[in-house]
Amino acid sequence: MNYSERLQNVAVLGAAGKMGSGILLLTALEMVNLKLKPENRDKTYVLHAVDVSYENLDSLLKYIREQAVKKAEKNIVPLRQAYAGREDLVENQHIIQQYVRDVVDVIKPTIRLDQASEASLVFEAVNEDPDLKVKLYKQIDQNSSQKIWYFTNTSSVPIGRLNEEANLEGRIIGFHFYNPPAVQKLVEMIPAEKTLPDLKNFADSYASALKKVVVYAKDVAGFIGNGHLMRDALFGIAEAERLSKEKELPRAIYQVDKVTRDFMIRPMGIFQLIDYVGIDVVRFILGVMNPYFKDENLHSDLLDKLYDKGVTGGQHPGGAQKDGFLKYEKGRPVGAFDPDKNDYVMYDNISHQEDDELGDLPKGWMPWKKMIKKKTRKDELKDYFAALRQLDTKGSELAIRFGKNSKNIGEKLVSQGVAQSSKDVNTVLTTGFFHAYGPVNSYFD
Amino acid sequence: MTMRRKIYMTAGYNTVSLGTGRKEFNPKKPRPGIEHYLNEAGNATLKKTGGPKNVDEGVVGNFMAARYNKQGHLGAFMPMIDEGLRYKPSLSVEAACASGGMSLLTGMKSILAETADSVLSLGVEVQNSVKAVYGADILAGAGWYQKRKSGHAHFFPGQFSDRAGAYFKKFGRDQTRRAFARWYHNAIENAKLCPTAQEYENTDMNPQATALNTEPSPKMFTPHLTPLESSKVSDGASAIAILSEEGLEKTGISKDQAVEIAGYGHAVEDVTQDPEEPTRLDTMKSAIDKAFESAGITKDDLATVEIHDCFAIAAVLGVEALGLAPHGKGADYILEGKTARDGELPFNTTGGLIGWGHPTGATGVHMAVTLWEQLTGNAGEAQISIPSDRPYGMSINMGGDDKTVMAIVYKKAE
Repeated sequence: MNYSERLQNVAVLGAAGKMGSGILLLTALEMVNLKLKPENRDKTYVLHAVDVSYENLDSLLKYIREQAVKKAEKNIVPLRQAYAGREDLVENQHIIQQYVRDVVDVIKPTIRLDQASEASLVFEAVNEDPDLKVKLYKQIDQNSSQKIWYFTNTSSVPIGRLNEEANLEGRIIGFHFYNPPAVQKLVEMIPAEKTLPDLKNFADSYASALKKVVVYAKDVAGFIGNGHLMRDALFGIAEAERLSKEKELPRAIYQVDKVTRDFMIRPMGIFQLIDYVGIDVVRFILGVMNPYFKDENLHSDLLDKLYDKGVTGGQHPGGAQKDGFLKYEKGRPVGAFDPDKNDYVMYDNISHQEDDELGDLPKGWMPWKKMIKKKTRKDELKDYFAALRQLDTKGSELAIRFGKNSKNIGEKLVSQGVAQSSKDVNTVLTTGFFHAYGPVNSYFD
Repeated sequence: MTMRRKIYMTAGYNTVSLGTGRKEFNPKKPRPGIEHYLNEAGNATLKKTGGPKNVDEGVVGNFMAARYNKQGHLGAFMPMIDEGLRYKPSLSVEAACASGGMSLLTGMKSILAETADSVLSLGVEVQNSVKAVYGADILAGAGWYQKRKSGHAHFFPGQFSDRAGAYFKKFGRDQTRRAFARWYHNAIENAKLCPTAQEYENTDMNPQATALNTEPSPKMFTPHLTPLESSKVSDGASAIAILSEEGLEKTGISKDQAVEIAGYGHAVEDVTQDPEEPTRLDTMKSAIDKAFESAGITKDDLATVEIHDCFAIAAVLGVEALGLAPHGKGADYILEGKTARDGELPFNTTGGLIGWGHPTGATGVHMAVTLWEQLTGNAGEAQISIPSDRPYGMSINMGGDDKTVMAIVYKKAE
């Protein structure tokens, strides 16, 4: 079975989810891309969109249509060539409409898992629950006469474990998209020890067809992305707890979030990032990872405490940020949670005092949004962090502690062999997390 | 073709050319429609000429409102501008991007035929109602529909990219691209002096370098032209009063605030045919020659030109069609700075189609308004000096790929 044949019958599990819908879109676009090639015109391409309810699937096709229109509008020049043989399609609008129909036509929405057994390739993007994943693979395999290949979008579960428990004999690979898959260029690729060489080659071809930036990670729980993020998050929580010995926790949270966003020129403060990922998700991933690291305790009582109170972060169905460690108005943090009072302390009441304590931002500071657009970013960052190191303020002290810890995490990922190089670690953070600089640097030394 | 009766133009007005580049333009928010633009431009001119009683008939130049705005029958919008225009004759005319020129021509013909002493001439187009990728379909109507299928996704940019490619091959790519960059530079420089221009707020300190560093992308746009070397997608309207001697007197506007039409040339070529020679604009040359002959002047009598630079290559070929440079030397002429506002013969002094904007059906009228402003000293910051020994201005308005061309020669009225 060659590349194109393998993609003739595909299933996406969890197709209506945040990640699944993006994977479905990219795969549908790639399938139509293949179908439009002269040698494939007569072939049928089928993409099973499997999810648990019709309600979920309902809005999925709307998303696919909107995205396909955008894609077609952007690619109208090559698309006109692809449809050159269709005399009935004359204007750009005709071609765009036809392309969208072609994309939607390959997708077969279903709530029946056994549909996936028809596929020769299954993308799994269900909840980060190893047992659920194994159960699904087994069930699909049971109903299939062929040896299905599995791509899992897991961001933390070791692929080898899934392979063993589901008896897949190497028919699985970790293919971790970043959110949202249609926009984010990064893919973390995790072959298990036993992953079939042909499957690896196919995964490479697929990633390159999708024009993704691929970073290979060793099959260690959390891989590179979560390997860094989870430890970075735990350090942020520990820092806030440490500071809270001298001040109320919401004030400490405010300080750490501000330092990690502004002083460190990151897209979000660490608490906002935890909320964005979801306190429930972070907690769950830590739970998946923790058993694999005997010398570390990847766990936070504070996360448990918030989770038990139903403070979860994550997003509302429309995409708006839910409250978590922080309270949000129009997507911006406006308060920090006080677990003792079960309420948020508003920034308006505390920011002045806490900002004074942190001190001014160093010379050469600019917001992350501006920094990432700078062509001279390297020099600007070098000067900025040199100025930061010169300052004798609490803000700079906290930033240096955080920067050093982030670097330690990165270096450890390399020394453990999870990442092949510090460059790979930096690529994951700059591409997958949009950081302006990688964690392995000399800015904080 | 001699002018058997004097024709004057005065009281010109341009709305803002709205589209990308203008700060107030937000593609996601609702914007004014053609009604707004017709009202604004029409009323501005009426106000200066003494109101509807001084208007015998109206004419609206428009290319594709039928598709951009799902609106036909534009002539009947005239009484909406002022109810004093009810029951007066009014019509709309179309010749693709030369529709504005046809609006002027229709007014001029009414004066020449002595069927009117005053005509309110308008041009309007509202293009931002659709994304550019669909606008390309609409604008492709300026070509032959039978060729649409084999044409480029961006149909007209594709046509002129072919011309640019042919010119590159024949006369050298580097030199020509440098001329395009210089042309873009002049367009932005001039637009920054005109508050209604789409590029008025352009902050690029070195547009020439920007254009030179932007390479054409065959996959995203066209093989030989970049978006910077193309006119803009614009919403806007222009209006001007076209008057006989008697008509001008009625308005009470003094002659030194009017221009006189010294002559014109109108030429049309078969829309179903490909250009005979892609590196020449033969129809444009024909219209220009007729206009010179009709006015009894030569290129050496011109003080300024408004040329239809829908694409930078059209400007290069236009310079040659005017006889200012031999075939293949138009790029040099531009590169030498001769078309700049401080050059030998300033072109497009408020930015032209690339800098001011190109609301297709309005462009011909916009050119007349700009020349009226320059020749009567009403061009504000964009004002150039008009040498007394060569006092003429010329507008060259092109429809389609050199298929309809309207060239008009103006001078300050005496």
